[in-house]
Amino acid sequence: MRLGKAALLGAAIAAAGLTVAASAQAQNEQFIPGLVYRTGAYAPNGIPFANGVADYYALVNERDGGINGVKILYEECDTGYATDRGVECYERLKNKGPTGAAYFNPLSTGITFALTEKAPVDKIPIISMGYGRSESRDGSVFQWNFPLLGTYWSAADIIMQHIGLKEGGFDKLKGKKIALVYHDSPYGKEPIALLEERAKMHGFEFMPLPVTHPGVEQKATWLQIRQKRPDYVLLWGWGIMNSTAIKEAVAVGFPREKIFGVWWSGAEPDVRPAEGGAKGYQAAMLQHGSGQFGVHAELKKYLYDKGKGVAKWEETDEVLYNRGLVNAMLGVESIRTAMKKYGNKPMTGEQVRWGIEHLDLSAARLKELGFDGMLQPLKVTCSDHEGTRAGRIQQWDGKKWVVVSDWYQSDDKVIKPMVDAAAKKYAAEKKLPVRDCSKES
Amino acid sequence: MLGPFLETLIGGLLTGVLYSLVALGFVLIFKASGVFNFAQGAMVLFAALTVARLTDEIDGKALGLEHFVIAAAVLGAALALVGWYAWREYVARGSGPGERRRLALLAAGGALIGGVIAFAYGKGAWPLWVALAATASIMGLLAYAIERLVLRHLVNQEGIILFMATLGIANFLDGFGQTLWGSDIYTINLGLPKDPIFLFEGVFPGGLLIDPAELFAAGIAAVLVVVLAVFFQKTRVGRALRAVADDHAAAQSVGIPLNTIWLIVWTVAGLVALAAGVIWGAKLGVQFSISLIALKALPVLILGGFTSVPGAIIGGLIIGAGEKLSEIFLAPILVQAFDLAGGGIENWFAYMLALIFLLFRPQGLFGERIIERV
Repeated sequence: MRLGKAALLGAAIAAAGLTVAASAQAQNEQFIPGLVYRTGAYAPNGIPFANGVADYYALVNERDGGINGVKILYEECDTGYATDRGVECYERLKNKGPTGAAYFNPLSTGITFALTEKAPVDKIPIISMGYGRSESRDGSVFQWNFPLLGTYWSAADIIMQHIGLKEGGFDKLKGKKIALVYHDSPYGKEPIALLEERAKMHGFEFMPLPVTHPGVEQKATWLQIRQKRPDYVLLWGWGIMNSTAIKEAVAVGFPREKIFGVWWSGAEPDVRPAEGGAKGYQAAMLQHGSGQFGVHAELKKYLYDKGKGVAKWEETDEVLYNRGLVNAMLGVESIRTAMKKYGNKPMTGEQVRWGIEHLDLSAARLKELGFDGMLQPLKVTCSDHEGTRAGRIQQWDGKKWVVVSDWYQSDDKVIKPMVDAAAKKYAAEKKLPVRDCSKES
Repeated sequence: MLGPFLETLIGGLLTGVLYSLVALGFVLIFKASGVFNFAQGAMVLFAALTVARLTDEIDGKALGLEHFVIAAAVLGAALALVGWYAWREYVARGSGPGERRRLALLAAGGALIGGVIAFAYGKGAWPLWVALAATASIMGLLAYAIERLVLRHLVNQEGIILFMATLGIANFLDGFGQTLWGSDIYTINLGLPKDPIFLFEGVFPGGLLIDPAELFAAGIAAVLVVVLAVFFQKTRVGRALRAVADDHAAAQSVGIPLNTIWLIVWTVAGLVALAAGVIWGAKLGVQFSISLIALKALPVLILGGFTSVPGAIIGGLIIGAGEKLSEIFLAPILVQAFDLAGGGIENWFAYMLALIFLLFRPQGLFGERIIERV
């Protein structure tokens, strides 16, 4: 009996020891939440993105032992692309880990809108790479939002520049009709302001055509396109809405070469279901496209050869998987930047916010990280939370995406005044303090 | 103006036929059991996913052999069970001793044969007709499982309890279907012409556009309606179905086997879901959103009545045409007249249209008018 008690005591001490060790290890972990959607209407697009993110964090842990020795603790929460579930996930995950969530990637403009007011209170930055509020690039007002790599105003402007170039100059757009088929949500409505501005500047007729969630019923929209015969159609869809739009374009005989999607309408799941019908369709690129680059060799060596990758290897060259990699890399590099100032330990949301705002990725650093060829250098500042405004156009040739344009830079002469006005209005409405970026280091 | 109007009307009517197909599944189950089957949309998705994945070979991403073996095993088991059921009902006229063991042996034998066939077939994509047969069997098996595991235990319960049970089934099927077959967008290729047909090009500039895929769907729906109408009106089972719908207990008291009737009706609803799933899947691609199409059937049901097959068809046509015409012709007028923010109106307009009809005919266009005397 006595022996039994001793054994029990020993076991308890051992268990306590293990708990203490595990706790000490947990204290040196950087918690990063992932708002993903692996189920629901938008899963075909959500899954490859989520796989890219998960694989990159796993690569940093496997290859480098974490960020400067601090292991990444990553946890996904499935939002189903629903704003209410996104907020629920945010509330559940924001305080996890020794220092709380480093940042959130909402992967939904609707969720980004909802979290924009929560982020300053909880002091957690929101990285909305290639989506979210366009005016949130103004860091003097939106201190906690980072629409890195490009906003929807940048995307729409890049597409308009490409159309203008094809037509032989913006002046040739006078009298033409340009339709926008958009997801009837905050996401789909974002480019309207920019396109209205461009329509005013160049004298083309702008036709916004909404499509209700999830976008499987577009007959009325495409019958209108057939009847009003626009010269170009811009597509601001997500998930099954994109492939449905292309199929409906086939059904009404609208030439696919005259349809331009945003970068969220330009991935493999958007065109493959339309089979041969998608050939000729074009879309903006959030800098990167499909294909394998330096980072993929590392992924193969440290994850896929060991059976640790989340995706199938043959799917790791797809557009959305690559976007997941890019998104995760920007987050990791922001934490690394913050560590330079605050030390190699788990960062708080506030410290990571500083890191994102001082993110400076040169061409050499991008090459070192294995992202050369995917991204151009970017530098985030207090007044510019976008970091870069470059993009290209790609075209589906029936089997793969092919880059068909040179690099464009969205025109800040058009966009900057719009950003300033919208940000000022937002600050006044919400009674937010406005930072003087000239005094920020 | 007449050309665009007619084109929208035709397009709307053809889309309406597709709504009717989904609504038919709801009507069948409601007619026979008084249950509003919330799982109908999930059944459409499940059936479409099964067909798509069994025939699938998109970009070389073929399924693993194990999926085909499982599906074929289910097909074999289902065929064996259906055979056994037919034998018990129509030959032996009732159950006998050792039935459970015989049933298990039959199912195992069927599964083994199905599995062996699949193994012999290899992992290549199945021909469409084999996939359709397998999926029809799987839908039958699903109906059997639903009757055996859920409905049988809820006989004579309140309608709301049965409705809640179907909510559970819907969630299970949505998740299980995607877990089993994946959540990507898959294609079903029926070999239909994709290029539009233009009619009366001499009368209207540009002609009137018709989508051949929708014409095909309308043909399928018409055949289904005729078959179902004959089934309900002319067969012994059809009359029994209607009796069960009126009163479970009374139907049982005169010897109508309630469980058998439920099994039959859920199987038929499963087959209607298969037809709807294949047609919608061929049109849109097979993906989770297909299950949301079920929501499109709700205004159709409100309008057509929950118990009328012709009501589902006419309701579908009115809703289909109404929402397309409203989106194209009414929405711009409303936006301009009231300085609205804009946005699609077709989704909510369908419900408005149905509710307006209800003001005049609370039982729906073809619904049965129930008079209860106290």
